[in-house]
Amino acid sequence: MSGREEMLKAIRAQTVPPSPLPELAGDWIRYPDPFAQFQKMLEFVGGRAVRVANLSEIRGHLESLPTFVAARQIVSGVSSVEGNIDLNAVEDPHTLETVDWAIMPGEFAVAENGAVWLTDRGLKQRAIYFIVQHLSLVIPVSQIVNNMHEAYARITVGTSSLGVFISGPSKTADIEQSLVIGAHGPRSMTVFCVDDMGA
Amino acid sequence: MNHATLAGEYIQDRERAAWHDNTLWFVRSKRDKAAATLPEWESLRQTASQIKAHTVSKLADFLEEFERNAIARGVKVHWARHAEEHNQIVLKILQEHGVKKLVKSKSMLTEECHLNPYLERHGIEVVDSDLGERIVQLAGEPPSHIVLPAIHKTKADVGDLFHKHLGTEAGATDPNYLAEAARQHLRDKFMSADAGLTGVNFAIAETGGFVVCTNEGNADLGVSLPKLHIACMGIEKLIPRAKDLSVFLRLLARSATGQPITTYSSHFHGPRPGGELHIVLVDNGRSHILGKDEFRTSLNCIRCGACMNTCPVFRRSGGHSYQSFVPGPIGSILAPARDPQKHASLPQACSLCGSCTDVCPVKINIHEQLLLWRHELARLGFLPWSKRLGMKLAGFVFRRPWLYSLGGKIARFVVPKLPRFLVYHRLNPWGKQREMPEFPASSFREQFQQREAKRK
Repeated sequence: MSGREEMLKAIRAQTVPPSPLPELAGDWIRYPDPFAQFQKMLEFVGGRAVRVANLSEIRGHLESLPTFVAARQIVSGVSSVEGNIDLNAVEDPHTLETVDWAIMPGEFAVAENGAVWLTDRGLKQRAIYFIVQHLSLVIPVSQIVNNMHEAYARITVGTSSLGVFISGPSKTADIEQSLVIGAHGPRSMTVFCVDDMGA
Repeated sequence: MNHATLAGEYIQDRERAAWHDNTLWFVRSKRDKAAATLPEWESLRQTASQIKAHTVSKLADFLEEFERNAIARGVKVHWARHAEEHNQIVLKILQEHGVKKLVKSKSMLTEECHLNPYLERHGIEVVDSDLGERIVQLAGEPPSHIVLPAIHKTKADVGDLFHKHLGTEAGATDPNYLAEAARQHLRDKFMSADAGLTGVNFAIAETGGFVVCTNEGNADLGVSLPKLHIACMGIEKLIPRAKDLSVFLRLLARSATGQPITTYSSHFHGPRPGGELHIVLVDNGRSHILGKDEFRTSLNCIRCGACMNTCPVFRRSGGHSYQSFVPGPIGSILAPARDPQKHASLPQACSLCGSCTDVCPVKINIHEQLLLWRHELARLGFLPWSKRLGMKLAGFVFRRPWLYSLGGKIARFVVPKLPRFLVYHRLNPWGKQREMPEFPASSFREQFQQREAKRK
C-alpha cells in the first residue's frame, strides 16, 4: 500500500462525528466612509493612502517624494507614469533586484485592514511586488470594500498562480519587538486612490 | 529535563524574565485592542471553529478533493506518513533538481520534522529567511515562540550574533541598523538560492491552492526568484472553501500581533509560468489525534501564538523551557500526544486559569485539554514519584474526615512553633520564593460550628 493510501485509510479509520459547514452570511462590519477607514488602517500598518482626482495627478505626487526623485530604475504598470524598465522584457526576475520604484495597478482594496488585492495575471514577473525598494499601487476609490467577506465575494480565487493581499510595506519586529520597516521587501507602500479613472 | 527545572533556570536572570513577561503581555494587549475593533469577533471565532470541525469530519474527502484540484493546476502532490518520509521526499525533489542552496520561510512543520539538519547532513545549504528564524539559526537554537522565534534574545544578543556572522560593528544594538544588515545578507541568499520552501497557513480543498502569511515578504521573495517552490503542510491546514479564508484571515493576525492582517497574504495556485510547484501533505501523528474525542479540536490550531502571549506560565518561563517545537499551552497538548513520557511535565506547566481558551481564535478548550492530559498521564504512570506519593497520601487522608480534622489540629498547634528551617526546606516547594500564610487559630469547620451554635 502506498503512503497515500495508508494515510487516507488511517484518517478514514477514525470515527469523527459529523458537523455542518457554517454559512458565512453575517452582520459583518461596514464603514460610513470606506476610503477614510482604508487610509487610517494603511497608515496604522506603515503605509500611506493618497486620494487623487485622476490618473494624471499621480505623477505630481510622486515627484514630491525624495525616494522617487532619487529613483534610477522605475517599473510602471500605470499609463500616466512612465517607467524605464519594461517588465515584459525581463526574462530573469533576479535582474529586478536593482529596481528602485514600481507603480502598479491594484484590483481593489479592503477598508478593515488596509490591504490591496493584486494578482500576477498578465504579469511576467510577480517578483516585482516583493523585490522592489518602494512600491506604489493605484486603485479606483470606488473599489474599496468594507471587509474580507466582501473581498472574497468578488475574487475568483485560483484564476492566477499568485493572488495576494498586501497591507503596508514589508516589516519585522523580530529584534526585541522594535518595529523596522523594510525587512526584505518594499521600504514604503503608497496607495493612490483615484476618483476618476478616465477612459 | 522537566519544564519546572528549566523554568527555574530561566528566571534566574530576573531582568530578562521580566522583560519577556512584559513584552508578551504587550502583544496580548494589542490583540485585545484589535479584537475589540470588530463587534463580530465572537461570531468569527465560533464560525472558524465550526469550519474546522466540519473539515476534520470529512478530512480524507477534502484531502482527495484538494489533491485533485492541485494536480489539475500542474502541482505535484506528495504524501508523507511521518517526519522521516517528509524529509526524504523534500530531499529527493531537491536532489532531482540539483539544488545546493535552499531558502525557507517560516514553517513549524519543518521544525517538527527536523528538516534543516537532515538536509544539511546531505550537503544542502538551508537558510531560514524570516529574520527571527535566521537569528535563532545563526545562534544554533530552536525558535522559542511560533510567531516571535527570537523573542528570548535581546538586541545586544542579536548585535553580537550579527557581528560574528554578518560582520556588523561590534556592540551595535540599533534594531534599524541590524535589520538593514540582515536585509542585505538575506538578499544575497535570495539571489543565489536554487529553490524556495514555504509552510502553509491554509490550504483550500475546492481550489487546490494554499495561502502563506508573512510580514516580511520573505516567503514571496523566496518563491518568486528560483523556479522551484516546495510547500510543506500538515493535513490539518485544510479548509473547504476559498471564502472560508475571509474568516481565518480576519482572525489570524489580530490574534497573533494585533495587526488587522499580515502584510502579505499570498494565495498560490499552481506553478508560475516556467516554474515547478510541489506540495507535501504530512500526517505525522495527526490522524491519531483525529480519533480522540477529547483532544480532536487541538487540530483546529492556526498557530497564531495568542495562547503563548497570554499564558502566565509561558511569559515567565520562556519558550525553551518547554523543549517542544510548539511550546506554550497548545504545545503542551500537542507534544504529549506525540510522546507522553518525554513531555509529561508540560500539562503541569499550567495554573488552569483558562486565559488561553479565552483568546484562542478557533475556540480550542486548551486549559480543559491540559487537565485531561494530566489524568491521562497519571493513568499511564508518567507522574513523578513526589506527585504520585502526594496524591496517594491526600487520597488516604481525605477518605477519613477524622484524620483530616486531627491532622489540621496538630498542624495548627505545632507548625507555628517550629523553627524556620523545618518549614522552609526543599521538600516544601510552596515555601520557595514566598512566605507561607499564617495558620489561623481555628479551622473553618470549627468556626462554622461556633457560628451555628451562637445562632441557636
